[in-house]
Amino acid sequence: MARSTPEIPNASMADIAFLLLTFFLVTTTIPNNKGLSIALPPPPEANPPEDVKIQERNMFKIQINSSDALLIEGEPREDIRTLKDEIKAFILNNGKDPSSSDNPEKAIVSFKTDRGTSHKRFIELLDIVQAAYYDIYAEQAGVSNAEFRAAASDLSIPSNKAIYEKGRAGIPLNISIADPTKVGN
Amino acid sequence: MAKFKKKTNVKQDIPTSSMPDVVFMLLFFFMVTTEMRKTSLEVKQQIPKATQLRKLMRKSLVANLYVGEPTKVQQYGKEPKIQADDLFIDTKDIIRWVNEQKAKLDEVERDQITVSLKVDKDAKRGLIADIETELRKANARKLLYSTLEDNDQN
Repeated sequence: MARSTPEIPNASMADIAFLLLTFFLVTTTIPNNKGLSIALPPPPEANPPEDVKIQERNMFKIQINSSDALLIEGEPREDIRTLKDEIKAFILNNGKDPSSSDNPEKAIVSFKTDRGTSHKRFIELLDIVQAAYYDIYAEQAGVSNAEFRAAASDLSIPSNKAIYEKGRAGIPLNISIADPTKVGN
Repeated sequence: MAKFKKKTNVKQDIPTSSMPDVVFMLLFFFMVTTEMRKTSLEVKQQIPKATQLRKLMRKSLVANLYVGEPTKVQQYGKEPKIQADDLFIDTKDIIRWVNEQKAKLDEVERDQITVSLKVDKDAKRGLIADIETELRKANARKLLYSTLEDNDQN
């Protein structure tokens, strides 16, 4: 006996799915939780300015003016491709070169910008300095740079924490970002 | 002539029965990887690129500040402004804003709040330094300059 099988029309299914898809495309965003992470110093009032003498040799000075031009250690500079290696050499000097740092704990990379410096330029330089530090950490921990950063992002996992602590041992992330000067605005 | 007729007899329909499946797959992909827009951006956002990115794991601990030139230049002028949630705030309001954000968190986690600064690449350091000073005063010292991944160099 032939029985008519009930059928649901599904020709419009694709249309409905497209409609839903378009709705989600329009109302959602792809989350971006990535960026350059830094820790700010304690509030200005908490520790009154005392003259801490930092030896000239332990400072790697990076200055950026309001037209985004650079002074590295007092010298004007255009090409910044070799900068990362210079910073690495500076941090890991350990007293060999008398004009460079005593040891990684004392070495400080100092940033000074102007109020008119663009954010893009600042990020570009900060990226290079952080690249130098992360390269050193990764090498000390025996992993690649990307692996070290991934481990540092989630310290709740014990193996990540071990990598992080091994890499950071004896080398603090000494990046100092000074208050900007007020030449251009 | 007969020969030609035979050739035109080829079936030309593209099978569409799997189309809903394909579209649903796309739909699920977008549903999983994206999140709902919470704020509508009122400032220009061209985020700079960098290579040494760190990822934030705990999204509940992140508070976003957007900085850039207002999109409605006629109404708000060309000077970069700070947007928090859905409104523009002044630098002096940042401490209050941070405290509001901290109040949303559990007491034990309040010190771990991370401020994600989404800054347009043309914004100036002066304004951002002012924000940083206020954040230091508000004791929210974990900061993330939001950037995009730069794949050219690595």
